[in-house]
Amino acid sequence: MLGCYRILDLTDEKGFLCGRALSDFGAEVIKIEKPGGDRSRLKGPFFHDSGHPEQNLTWFAFNANKKGITLDIENAEGRELFKKLVKTADVVIESFPPGYLDKLNLGYHSLSEVKPGIILASISGFGQEGPYRDFKAPDIVARAMGGLVYTTGYEDRPPLTPGYEHTYSIAAMYAAVGIMIALSHRAQTGLGQHIDASVQQACVVIASAEIEGPYALFGRVLSRHGRARGSVTLKDGTIFYNPLLWECKDGDIAFNLLINPTSVKANLALMEGLKRDGIDIKFLNNWQWDKQGWKDMSLEQAKEVVNIIGQFFKKYTKAELLEMAIKNRFQLGPCNNAADVLSHPQLAERNFWKDIYYPELETSFKYPGWAVKMSEEDCGPRFRSPRVGEHNAEIYKELNLSDARMNELKSSGII
Amino acid sequence: MEKRPLEGVKVIQLCWAGVGVYTTNFLSHYGATTVRVETSTYPDPVRTFEPYAPTNQPGEPVGLERSVFYSITHTAPELGMVLNLKQPESMEVFKKLVLWADVVAEGFPAGVMDKIGLDYEGLKKIKPDIIMMRSCGYGHSGAMAAQPGFGSIITAVTMMDIFTGWPDRRPLAPTTYYTDQLVPMYAALSILVALDYKRRTGKGQYIDQSQMESGLNFVTPLILDYQANKRHPALKGNRSDFAAPHGIYPGKGEDRWVAISVTSQEEWVNFKKVLNNPSWTELPEFSTLEKRIKNSDSLDRYVAEWTAGLAPEQVMGILQGAGIGAGVVSTSRDLDSDLQLNYYNFYRQIDHPYMGKLRYYHPAALKLSRAETEVKGPVLLGEHTDYVCQNFLGMSKAEIEDLRSKGVFK
Repeated sequence: MLGCYRILDLTDEKGFLCGRALSDFGAEVIKIEKPGGDRSRLKGPFFHDSGHPEQNLTWFAFNANKKGITLDIENAEGRELFKKLVKTADVVIESFPPGYLDKLNLGYHSLSEVKPGIILASISGFGQEGPYRDFKAPDIVARAMGGLVYTTGYEDRPPLTPGYEHTYSIAAMYAAVGIMIALSHRAQTGLGQHIDASVQQACVVIASAEIEGPYALFGRVLSRHGRARGSVTLKDGTIFYNPLLWECKDGDIAFNLLINPTSVKANLALMEGLKRDGIDIKFLNNWQWDKQGWKDMSLEQAKEVVNIIGQFFKKYTKAELLEMAIKNRFQLGPCNNAADVLSHPQLAERNFWKDIYYPELETSFKYPGWAVKMSEEDCGPRFRSPRVGEHNAEIYKELNLSDARMNELKSSGII
Repeated sequence: MEKRPLEGVKVIQLCWAGVGVYTTNFLSHYGATTVRVETSTYPDPVRTFEPYAPTNQPGEPVGLERSVFYSITHTAPELGMVLNLKQPESMEVFKKLVLWADVVAEGFPAGVMDKIGLDYEGLKKIKPDIIMMRSCGYGHSGAMAAQPGFGSIITAVTMMDIFTGWPDRRPLAPTTYYTDQLVPMYAALSILVALDYKRRTGKGQYIDQSQMESGLNFVTPLILDYQANKRHPALKGNRSDFAAPHGIYPGKGEDRWVAISVTSQEEWVNFKKVLNNPSWTELPEFSTLEKRIKNSDSLDRYVAEWTAGLAPEQVMGILQGAGIGAGVVSTSRDLDSDLQLNYYNFYRQIDHPYMGKLRYYHPAALKLSRAETEVKGPVLLGEHTDYVCQNFLGMSKAEIEDLRSKGVFK
């Protein structure tokens, strides 16, 4: 559906997802990397842990659907070639340190002189302006300063950042939305613009309701509470941190334990299950589920409830608990890993997984088949990620470069 | 005056809770006209989420307008309309609204709209080129279609709860209703794509969002890693395979922390220099990045000894001054006074008729050079019912009053 748009993608792994998301809807995305291959190709994981830059799995994941060319934009001749490409494009995406493109005379104003109406999207840790714009912003730092680290972790240990670095991908998705807004603006006015997407701000939006709200209202600073999320007030006014994650037989599940009359049906069904399994539900035998809630419970009782229900979950696997959740409409979901989602019944029923073939590896990978389903056209991955300079011939031919000229540029390391 | 990016786009927001609202906010922030349709007979549960802004008078009922969750979710300009779809006459009003609209966004569990004939086929009969975006936990087909989706649960099923934690303890969830904030970008993108496509072809379409499916698009590398190497992500505290020191270190003060990441040899040299080359930095086990990663246990103890004597802001200043990634592990108090966020005017103070003045309303995490993000306080239940009926639907005052007496506008 976006086949009429050409996007030049200068990002590294921090911004890959932006172009990938737009390519899922049909946009032509050309990934531009340094001659010899992008440095981001060296940051694993790799196929069979090979360490080979053309077997990088993050590259495979987020550069599928893109064409790939090599070009050194730090070189004067390379810059001229880049400008010629910009003339054919609608959008440029980048994730360099702020100001880098300006220094090369390839900032927004230079690009819009080359191609009026061009849209430039910049993805960075803190934004293109302001006192922190030049701060180094690795994932852990941008996430911490966006408020998402302080509130994650166990009370007796330091706060935690996820081991799977993905925070930049959130800002990259903001940039993708910004690009579509700017394309709409261009259709209205004929004018392009510069989009500034900041990881810190993206995190603060995530933090807004739960973390920012209580502070703005009551000056209450939320901290971290292990596997619990959200608190309830008990009979004596104690705050109790109600567990979200529970251990089960083969891993963990998320379960919202809602002890209030609106959840009476699910809670009674759960108690029946416990009793069937011979678990002593103790004081809960006399609990009035249709009338009583957390506010009628003592701290001792609250701890007992967690203990009783915890015993039950430990007897079942994630798959068994999922089945139970569907049947009883429990607010419960397994903490899935890749094996779980690849065999997930609902995803199978919707035919979600899409095979993408890598001929040089003689291997197909199952990719998430789409992010949304649209009736006018299939969205999602269509073809595999590019090898280094795979589409040089195709794209540079368009610029009327002769074979001889291409060889020259190749031997001088420009493409 | 220059047109706004989405000026002229008309949206009906039939969304509860987070995802659908965050989705349409992108449109409303940038010039679309959005009518939020709800009913007091079956209120959006988010309107009843605690905490509430305190009431002005003791004993005054909290009502449906004081929830922090609701207010901070609705920061884009919207028009509020009440319509009790259980009343037969309401359907005629709603049909008029569909005729007015370009986009219908709905976020109920699958089946709710179908039951009242307002699935895509039903809407298309009213307006052939309508764009309908539906979002629910697991998608609108399949055995789990009607299963309710909650942010905390969808976060778990999309693999987001398996990669944060310590090697000796069970894994943790990232903070907040995480995927509720990640999947709206895909939903918004799809609506914007559909609008762009309609501008060129005249065609509307149907969009089915499964929040689980959208969420999995953020973790594709993990899914490929498992297929290629049969590997699941390891729990490794705050360690990285690509940087050392890399972690969250204690700072001076109660529960104060600083994030540090030294990613290259050049940064390590600078790191040593700003610490005045203490003797431990010269130990052979720290001489290369590979060795530093391998010997992170002892490296982290030395780094923590240094950071513990300084405020996190000082550590950040010293290291950033030397070109090294470091930042305060911000609490909500730190975020409120953050120089960078305030430079961007990220928090806007708005006076709310029931909640009073609050400084937390914010734009999208985007700055467009040609278009301001319009930020507004949350719309009240049915605040603009008459306005919408008169100005968009061409109804007379008498007609509105007649329907009101029949219980349509509740």
